Amino acid sequence: MDPVFLSRLQFAAATMFHFLFVPLTLGISIIIAYIETKYAKTGDMVYLKMTKFWGRLFLINFALGVVTGITLEFQFGTNWSRYSEYVGDVFGSLLAIEASVAFFLESTFIGIWIFGWKKMSAKAHAAIMWVVAAAGNISAIWILTANGFMQNPVGYAMRNGRAELTDFFAVLFNYNSILQILHVLPSALLLSAFFIMGISAYHLLKKQHVDVFMRSFRIALPVALVCSIVVAVIGDFHGVNVAKTQPAKLAAMESHWETQAQAPIVMFALPDEKLEKNTIEIISLPGLLSFLGFHDFNAEVKGLKDIPKDERPPVLPVFIGFRAMVIIGTLLIFLSLYGWFRRNKIMESPGYMKILLFSIPLPYLAIEMGWIVTEVGRQPWIVYGVLKTADAASPIAAVQVLFSLIGFILVYGLLGAIGFYLIAQNVKKGPEAAH
Amino acid sequence: MELQSIWFFLWGLLWAVFFMTDGFDFGIGTLYPFLGKTDQDKRVMINSIGPLWDGNEVWLLTAGGVTFAAFPKVYAVMFSSLYTPLMLILFALIFRGVAFEFRGKINSGGWKKLWDTFIFLGSFLPALLFGVAFANIFQGIPFDGKGLYHGNTLKLLNPYGLLGGALFVLLFLQHGANWLNIKTTGELQQRAVAVSQKIWLVLVPVAVIFLIASYFATDLYVNYFKTPALFLVILITVIALFATRFFMARQQFFKAWFASALTIVGATFFGIIGLFPRLFPSSMDADFSLTAFNASSSPLTLKIMLGVVLVFIPLVIIYQAWSYHFFRHPVTQEELDMEDAY
Repeated sequence: MDPVFLSRLQFAAATMFHFLFVPLTLGISIIIAYIETKYAKTGDMVYLKMTKFWGRLFLINFALGVVTGITLEFQFGTNWSRYSEYVGDVFGSLLAIEASVAFFLESTFIGIWIFGWKKMSAKAHAAIMWVVAAAGNISAIWILTANGFMQNPVGYAMRNGRAELTDFFAVLFNYNSILQILHVLPSALLLSAFFIMGISAYHLLKKQHVDVFMRSFRIALPVALVCSIVVAVIGDFHGVNVAKTQPAKLAAMESHWETQAQAPIVMFALPDEKLEKNTIEIISLPGLLSFLGFHDFNAEVKGLKDIPKDERPPVLPVFIGFRAMVIIGTLLIFLSLYGWFRRNKIMESPGYMKILLFSIPLPYLAIEMGWIVTEVGRQPWIVYGVLKTADAASPIAAVQVLFSLIGFILVYGLLGAIGFYLIAQNVKKGPEAAH
Repeated sequence: MELQSIWFFLWGLLWAVFFMTDGFDFGIGTLYPFLGKTDQDKRVMINSIGPLWDGNEVWLLTAGGVTFAAFPKVYAVMFSSLYTPLMLILFALIFRGVAFEFRGKINSGGWKKLWDTFIFLGSFLPALLFGVAFANIFQGIPFDGKGLYHGNTLKLLNPYGLLGGALFVLLFLQHGANWLNIKTTGELQQRAVAVSQKIWLVLVPVAVIFLIASYFATDLYVNYFKTPALFLVILITVIALFATRFFMARQQFFKAWFASALTIVGATFFGIIGLFPRLFPSSMDADFSLTAFNASSSPLTLKIMLGVVLVFIPLVIIYQAWSYHFFRHPVTQEELDMEDAY
């Protein structure tokens, strides 16, 4: 077995699993802070019940997010030591700043929030939740800035056989990172809003705890509507930026082989990387890819054939990932819009509520697919144009990685199952009488 | 002092603070099956660190992150060389964190017993392995000039390595028992006090043996003989260790806890000072050793990070100290009755 391949598999499994929990943590913490503030201001017990119910789901989710995040930081050292040595001067500092500026704050204040009920005023307790929510999102901003450097390395110079920082502000204001932040944070809120609407629909369909869930639904709905649109708009900016900075990724997203003007978007294709063409192509919309990449139907779009073979990403996962993300994203806009027009007649729309319940996994899927496009689409580079993934792994024995990979799969599988079970149990149980 | 030397000691300080803070969490988790006779006892024990352990664990991330930022080569070689023990520590920490959060979420005996096991293992294993790892670093790790590791994980369990492991476990047990003395009442507190005194009786000889063994197994003392004033650090550590017992006897539990905290910081710095300027010494050839000078980041990164650390770490200390102060009282029944208590 190839240790590089095993390390990639391990990192992919660990990040994708970690990111099942991160978006809900980021988004729902803001919504809970809002709800708790309402409680602190009005003293309305329904808001307290809402805070406790959503808070409990948040905490189960948060615990899994935290424990799976810690291993990630260390995997850069354990499995990607050559990467760490090569770009640590830039990348390492971003992770260190994340821990000292944001993660400390989040972890310390979450403890105060859990154990601080009744020890402080309702307003102070709500303020603590705002700190938790802000710290979590600030933490994500630093991590996305670090990822932005891998996508579009800036502010460095090659010296002493490694990438050394030359311009910290260039790293901070990397256009790629800013787009990622503006895309990922609203998508986390969007996922959280659909989580809340789906679970609310579950109880509303059973006509139980109507006060709590009607109100939760009404808070989440506008969040879903605004965020679904923001995510799509920023996603469009992303497409343009990718066309400019990572032409190979754009070509893989569209399984686009021949360089041409008025490049089409193919609705579905089956790429064959050996033959360098699509064996099946269904529905081709001319000019659309040129428009997507350059906002000009006549622009020339580079095809995969004009990219050296050893600099092409795997086409199929990127192609499918992109489609899945866009289709789901579009669906979420329509679901939010429909909800908005029916917002006063939700109880009379059981069909819609059932759809919402079964839509809970959709944003999760879209987000994971988005990361596949971003990360697999960057291959074979670990830092775009600077360092290849194959040259970045640690010089360690494959068997060590194999054992840890098996460990990750078993442990994360178990934790995932337990986490899902606990969340489902608490959802079914519903809110308890506030006391 | 040069930037690299400042960073070397900051690096040591962050590890020391991690051991000092999460140390008592590890100690309590290790004492957990022995002191926690009833479910009530167990809940008091984990709720005594409930609000704090998560924030404490971040010191590990910060120590790791700062190693990455300030000494990327050390980060790369250290963590890839110590792959297996580090993975074991990380898995243990995963289980510990999840166990705290999930144990109380379902009221069933079997469910709780499962997580009880993980609380113990998730606390004892990291305590032991951090000690083993650091003692081996003091001795030197077999890696070559390219950073390639030539050792064998089982060889980490050599006598001096195990002695380091035992020392860490005992230091953390002492520190944890001292925290329990503060946070418990009644019969559980009596048992905690009794056990803290017994731990001390074992800790003292092990610490003495470790100090002597370090002379034979490592070259940590070279720096001390060069600058004899440094022996003060060892002296202060020993005084702190005896002060722990002194305050325990007077039932001044907060002071005893501060003394055991100081003992842990001192014990860490005993090693850090002896290592200087090496962060990760090679046992194959001294020239391969990674030092603050041959493994550091660029001056610009070191400067920026110094600014960040000097602003934010004091802030962290302030709000964590506030949180400790806020939760300083013994765990009450009212707290245990809260929905989201552990």
